[in-house]
Parts: sequence; C-alpha cells; structure tokens
Amino acid sequence: MIQDMWTIIRKDIREIVFNRGTARSGLLSILVVIGLIGVYLPLQTGPEWLTNPVSMVSWAWLPVFLVVSVVTDAIAGERERHTLETLLASRLSDRAILLGKIGAAVSYGWGMAMIGVLLGVVTVNIAHPEEGLLFYQPGLFLGMVVFSFLVTLLMSTIGVFVSLHAPTARVAYQRMSFVMLGLFLAPTILVQVLPAENVAAVGAFLRNINLPLAAGIGGALLVVADIVLITLALARFQRTRLILD
Amino acid sequence: METNAIAVKVENLSRSFGSIEALKGISFEIPTGTVFGLLGPNGSGKTTTIRLLLGLLEADSGRAEVLGMDPIRQGGAVREACGALLEHTGLYERLTALDNLEFYGQVWHLPKAERAARIEELLNSIGLWERRKEVVGGWSRGMKQKLAVARALLHRPRLVFLDEPTAGLDPVASAALREDLLRLAEQSGVTVFLTTHNLAEAEKLCARVGVLREGRLLAVGAPEELRGRTSAQRVEIYGRKLDSETMLAQLNALPEVAAARLVNQHLVMDLKENADAADLVRFLVMRGADVDEVRKSGTSLEEVFLALMEEEKK
Repeated sequence: MIQDMWTIIRKDIREIVFNRGTARSGLLSILVVIGLIGVYLPLQTGPEWLTNPVSMVSWAWLPVFLVVSVVTDAIAGERERHTLETLLASRLSDRAILLGKIGAAVSYGWGMAMIGVLLGVVTVNIAHPEEGLLFYQPGLFLGMVVFSFLVTLLMSTIGVFVSLHAPTARVAYQRMSFVMLGLFLAPTILVQVLPAENVAAVGAFLRNINLPLAAGIGGALLVVADIVLITLALARFQRTRLILD
Repeated sequence: METNAIAVKVENLSRSFGSIEALKGISFEIPTGTVFGLLGPNGSGKTTTIRLLLGLLEADSGRAEVLGMDPIRQGGAVREACGALLEHTGLYERLTALDNLEFYGQVWHLPKAERAARIEELLNSIGLWERRKEVVGGWSRGMKQKLAVARALLHRPRLVFLDEPTAGLDPVASAALREDLLRLAEQSGVTVFLTTHNLAEAEKLCARVGVLREGRLLAVGAPEELRGRTSAQRVEIYGRKLDSETMLAQLNALPEVAAARLVNQHLVMDLKENADAADLVRFLVMRGADVDEVRKSGTSLEEVFLALMEEEKK
C-alpha cells in the first residue's frame, strides 16, 4: 500500500506543479512562497527570526494556507474533472487513494514550510555573519517541525470531509476558507465578547504558561484529533459511496 | 489465476437509485475472448452495469461473476484484472500523455522497463508517440479518447470495459480501434465489454450483443441470431415510373407489405413474414413500372434494435 500511496502523492504533486499549465509557472509560484517565508521575512526580522517563539506559531499555520487548495483540488477537483471514477476503477484500494491524497497535501504544505524553515536559517546566517552560527533553539525547532506537521495533517483531513460533501472544488475551497476564517477570527471574537476581567485572566494565564507543558498538551490533542479524523475519513472514503456522491 | 470459459456471468442483477429502477433483473453471459456489446439508449442502465461489474456499486439483488470472482467481495482482484474506459476519458488534463500513462503504469505496478516499452508500443499504435510530451488538456476529443483507450489496455488486462470507445473518433481511427479490439480478442484472448450507440459498429465488432432499455435486457445473442428473430425483409426496387402516388397507395394496401416508400427515386418496401418479392415485382410491372433492378437486403442490427425498442414501448 505504501507504494500505491507514493504513486498517488507523486501524481498529485505533479499536478500541483503543472496547475498553471506549465512546470515553469508552477515552480515560479512555489519559489515566490518559499522566497517570502525563507528569505524576505527572515531578512526583515533578523536573528530574532530564529529565537522568537512567535515564529513557531507562524510556521505551524503557514502550511494550513498551502494545503487548502491542494486537498480540495485532489478530491473535489478530481471528481469534478471526472478523473476520480477512473482512479476508483483501478486496482488501488480506497485506503491507498485516500491516504495518498492526504499525503500529497501534507507533503506539499509541510514540505514547503520546512524548506522555508531551513532556508530562513541560511538567510539569517548570511545576513548576520557577525552573530556566529545561528540556529533555532532545539525545543523551538522540534516544536515547529512537529506542530506544523500535525496542524497540516488536521487541515488536510478536514479538507477531505469538506471535499466529499462539496459539489465542486471551488465550493470546497470556499467552505475550507470559512473554516479557516472561523479558526482565525475565533480568538478576536472571544476577546470582544468575553468580559474584560476574563480576558485579563486569560492574558495573565498565557504570559505565565509553561510553554513545554502547553506544547505537549496541544500536541497530544492534535494527535488525537488527527487519528480520530483519519479513522472517520477512512470509513467514509469508500468507492461504492463515492460513486453515488 | 484460473482461466474460465465464461468471463462475465450476470444473474437477475437489479439496482435502484431511490425510486428509479436502473436495472431490472438482467441476466447474460460473456464467453472469454469475445467482444460483447451492450446496446441501449441513454439512461438504459449500461453505465450502471459496468459499475456493478467493476465493484464500484453494489447490486440490490442478483449476482455477478467477473473472471470467476465476485465484484464486491473480491473487488480489488476484479479491478486488478480489468481495464476500463468509463463514461469520461478520466485523463489528467494538466499532465502530458506520457505522465498519464506513466501514472497508470505505476498504479498497475508495471516494472520500469516494461512500462516504458509498453507505453511506447501503445502510443505508436495510436499515432501519438510524437506528441507524448504535450499536455493532454489541449488535445481534441478524439485524441483524448485514443489515449484513454490506450490507458485501459496498458497493463494487458484480461477483460476490458469500454464505455462508448469510439465516441469522438474519426472514421479512420474508429476502424483502427475496431481492428485492434478484434485482434485483442482473437489473438490475446482478451474479453471486451463495450457499450455503444453505433449499431453498425456493434454489428462489425461484437460476437454477442445485449439490448438494454430502461433497465430491462430485451434481447441477448449473436447479431445474426437477433436478426434471425425478425423474419421481415427489405426490398429495394430501381427503375422508372415508380413514383406514382396511386401505386404507392396500392402497395401499402397489400397485406404482405409492411411499408412502401420512395427514397431517392427508388422504391423501398419492408415486407411482412412469408411475403414473396417476385409477386410484388410482377404487381408493379403490370401497373406500368419499368423495373431495372431489385435488391433484397436482410434486416440490419439497427432495424432489430429499433424493432425491439418499439415492441417494448407497446
């Protein structure tokens, strides 16, 4: 099954690269994103880019934006373009197709983020040679790698459910955008809605938070959410049901 | 794997979608190494039949056996042994022709060298080798259809399902594909299950055909068997003084004539069972017609098909 998943992943990534018709324009858009997060932002921020915990949050969220279009296109888009049925008529198992599609979205989003993370190190070191050899704090680096992977996996799996219930890739993308908007706006809305003393209490709690402990709990919650959603997606993604969709 | 004399066996297969009965207890068999054509108007249940046989849908009742396997319980094994061109070409239009075939070659675990050789062989045979690096999205429908047929045959399946394989192909490409399919069946023992609206094509290509209408299988058998079920014959008469209205009316009034009409200055008569064409020619001559030539033709599959459709309507 791993070989079949890998086949799907390579094909989907290839489709992403050729999304704009030619490999050159597809690669150019990828380079723009990597250039922004791996060169421009680290240059603007300086050595702090490698030490500030806020960057961990940024890296965890970045792949989310990248996977939304990929995962919706990989499922709702394939169905819309009538390629999914041919794929379902092949020898591939439902499981290999689904996990391959999630794998492609995660590989793209998380892979781009990791290239950006490492390129950021190179950029900061070249721009600030006087500081000696700089790298992320080990804990911070591990957090970035793990969190961004878990969040990307979560969004990809949510994208599967949204795509399965959307008539077109465009509708799936719009619905995913609403999901993301909700996730981003939720803290802002909460701050507006909650009484001032509660907001202050939350602020004080966050300032005094034990970061490693919070990261551990957050990570564990993400792992559980990923496992539950993938299990549900595997149960839902069955060709006899997909054909009827 | 076990070789079976019967490639596909269907018994009382039924499938409904809500209140719509897409298939109503159809039964047929397809011998291994033959070309079977399922004929029927749009919405008659042809695509549903293919989906059931590939294990993409479950039947409500009845059973199917494909290459000796149950398409639902052994769906993976059935699909492993089959190739399919479904309602749509299913090609990745952002990718090149080569990428499309490479992908499906990997899906079927063809070793790299064998994959490359097979892709070259197929693309050469359909005249698209020189265009293998072009993105498929810009191709004509006929070219896409040819590539999709090549993809269905890539892994040398024992059974191929082809839903309207010659749709969009020019006459030369259609004829070439028909020849390829016949060769496949005759030389490689591959069983071909195709659906088509093109009855002339079915007549040339299929060893057996089934006629489907509104989920009911009206007839199944060799084209000549089906033609034999209709004992009517058609007579075409060429000559002069055949175009009088009175003569046509008299002909149509005769009990042995089902219909008489003028087509491009010649007379076409559909005769009823046991009618004698010689008597009718004599009838015409006695009424002043100059008869140069008389052609008797058998019933075509198209006529059988239309007759079956009419019978079912009644």
